[in-house]
Amino acid sequence: MSSPITHRGYLQQLCGWGRYPVQPCHVYCPRSESEILQLLNSGLPLIARGNGRAYGDSALNGKATLQMRHFNRLLGFNPQTGQLIAEAGVLLADILELFVPRGWFPLITPGTKFVTVGGMIAADVHGKNHHKEGSFVQSLDWLDLLTTGGQIHRCSPSENRDLFYWTVGGMGLTGVILRAAFRLRPIETAWIRQTTRIAKNLDEVINLFEAAQDVTYSVAWIDCLAVGSQLGRSVVMLGEHATREELPAKYRQRPRRTPRRRKLSIPVDFPNGALNALTVRAFNQLYFLNQQRKAGQSFVDWDTFFYPLDSLLGWNRIYGRRGFVQFQCVLPLRTAREGLSELLHCTSAAGAGSFLAVLKQLGDQQGYFSFPMAGYTLALDFPVSQRTFKVLDQLEEITLHYGGRFYLAKDSHLTPMCLRKSDSRVERFVQVRNAHQWNVHFASEQSKRLNL
Amino acid sequence: MTAPVLILGATSDMGRAIAHRFAAQGYPIQLAARQVSRLEADKADLQIRYGVAVSLHEFDVLAVETHASFIQELPEQPAIVICVVGFMPDQKACEQDLSLALEVMRTNYEGPAVILSLFANVFEQRGFGTLVGISSVAGERGRASNYFYGSAKAGFTAFLSGLRHRLAQSGVQTLTVLPGYVHTRMTEGMKLPPLLTAQPQEVANAIFSAIEKKKDVIYVRPIWRWIMVVIRWLPEPLFKRLSL
Ligand SMILES: Cc1cc2nc3c(=O)[nH]c(=O)nc-3n(C[C@H](O)[C@H](O)[C@H](O)COP(=O)(O)OP(=O)(O)OC[C@H]3O[C@@H](n4cnc5c(N)ncnc54)[C@H](O)[C@@H]3O)c2cc1C
Repeated sequence: MSSPITHRGYLQQLCGWGRYPVQPCHVYCPRSESEILQLLNSGLPLIARGNGRAYGDSALNGKATLQMRHFNRLLGFNPQTGQLIAEAGVLLADILELFVPRGWFPLITPGTKFVTVGGMIAADVHGKNHHKEGSFVQSLDWLDLLTTGGQIHRCSPSENRDLFYWTVGGMGLTGVILRAAFRLRPIETAWIRQTTRIAKNLDEVINLFEAAQDVTYSVAWIDCLAVGSQLGRSVVMLGEHATREELPAKYRQRPRRTPRRRKLSIPVDFPNGALNALTVRAFNQLYFLNQQRKAGQSFVDWDTFFYPLDSLLGWNRIYGRRGFVQFQCVLPLRTAREGLSELLHCTSAAGAGSFLAVLKQLGDQQGYFSFPMAGYTLALDFPVSQRTFKVLDQLEEITLHYGGRFYLAKDSHLTPMCLRKSDSRVERFVQVRNAHQWNVHFASEQSKRLNL
Repeated sequence: MTAPVLILGATSDMGRAIAHRFAAQGYPIQLAARQVSRLEADKADLQIRYGVAVSLHEFDVLAVETHASFIQELPEQPAIVICVVGFMPDQKACEQDLSLALEVMRTNYEGPAVILSLFANVFEQRGFGTLVGISSVAGERGRASNYFYGSAKAGFTAFLSGLRHRLAQSGVQTLTVLPGYVHTRMTEGMKLPPLLTAQPQEVANAIFSAIEKKKDVIYVRPIWRWIMVVIRWLPEPLFKRLSL
């Protein structure tokens, strides 16, 4: 047909997973590279958006938000190497559904499967195996990036190396990721052999982590309302991909099939305030009693082990209409014990109980701007309120004091100053952005807030 | 081996959803559209996901003189042909630019009718097959807001109905699909009532089960049948005064 389809955007109220902040955005849903190019050439600074699972404002841009969900095709799979080539908008959930039964699992996965390939790269996500196997970049062979000038660059550790390492963890601020090749690992079964341990306090948790260096997956759920000698009381979960041999007989017949989990969805917003110190305390108590019973070894299907929250679709609505913010920092090894203890003190003292407090051990990182560093990362959720912002200020202070840094995929609160104090790499990132004019073409509400 | 499903207009959102639905069922797929290079990614995707054979075919619905050779050159005659081709630019633009209006009429009626006629002849002789046309509820009554598109779809609906009548005894099924609103690039950003608006996936599912059940005409969301009854029967003097 002779007439080109003019590309229109439309205005929509958008937010991240935390539902805070909410911002009217012009959304564009391109179906082809040339449409992205058109938009890029129109001169609007834009930001790519995957599945909106970042908590804050990193995938929002009032002027032009590029919804990548139509780029959702698998382009190649090599069963010799486990390399999968996929467009940026492919959901991890689709990959899992397709490849687990065929005996493959992503090398690196975040705690939700409702993320896109582009989103995993842009945040250089880490999983429960970071201490051992690193962040997403470790599984990434190459990516194609559409960037300033409208060129598409193939980037890898050997080709356009700098662009590659700025793009992983670059939060969409270097260009639009179009497709990527990354590796899956072969698995014999769809089950995880899980060992559950209870730690009475922070020291015990950290000792458990230290003793579990060689365990592939480890994570701890902290009861952040516990105080005094119980501060840091946790359930620690360690996991390995189960071999067929190890499996109980009833699963061994079809080891890569697991029962479908029931999906519950949260149909309406909870009233603001439904999650107060009391309900959170009750939840945490129940959770602990329950886990204590289960301490020891068990076999858990992959979905339950890696994505416990995904079966509660729309659980972000539990926090009510005002939304919530997540705080996630990492503290270096040498200050972690002390620093974590102070962070938890601060949280429990404020009584701003967190529904979710997750502690993970991290190893070294490769990306130039990726979040992880060798140490411990703590993630806390808080319902949005004036008081929460005060608590966040304090938590940020403590993090700075102990030489830690913050995860941009979770952030909606940092200031330019605080970010710069936490991370000496910021200035370099900004310089490179300016030098390549990425700043002219790519911006999010977050990058504006943080002067990136 | 089952014979393939041919999708005309395969780069569209509905075309893609339909390809997935049938490939998931194990059908080999033939994707046809202008600029087949745009379909390479879809081909890889369908092959990886469903392990079916996929082939690509250059097809321009407006180039009606090429339709016969298009059919001849297919490596294999399909079991099912699904015509998803459609074009709906702004009505106001069509009123100003009649070449655009012409394109709307040709794309939504002339082209689809020609290609399906040619397939009908092949299928009739062979004695089996399914012809599917995606028409539109917009064809059930002309409205100020999109009567070029609507009239072409009206023509297409009537054509399909006649074709079905002719093929009734031949073992060839003719299915008319009336989708109502669908979330596609055509309707992107429009404020559509959620109750009346289907996802491309739903259209694909509806087509799949309508073929299995040997249906003649389907509304993707059943509620549209009743809405259209009302709209069709509104007396003209009243209809003229409504803004629809
Ligand atoms: C329940 C839950 C658990 C989580 N657990 C973890 C965890 O364990 N570990 C972890 O590391 N993270 C975790 N996260 C965070 C999540 O993995 C990241 O925020 C991820 O980036 C979200 O991906 P998305 O596709 O939804 O991207 P979005 O939220 O849409 O975007 C996130 C960032 O990616 C950029 N982006 C997206 N697509 C592209 C593209 N095609 N090109 C360029 N840039 C792009 C955006 O610009 C934005 O900066 C969790 C989030 C949730 C909700």
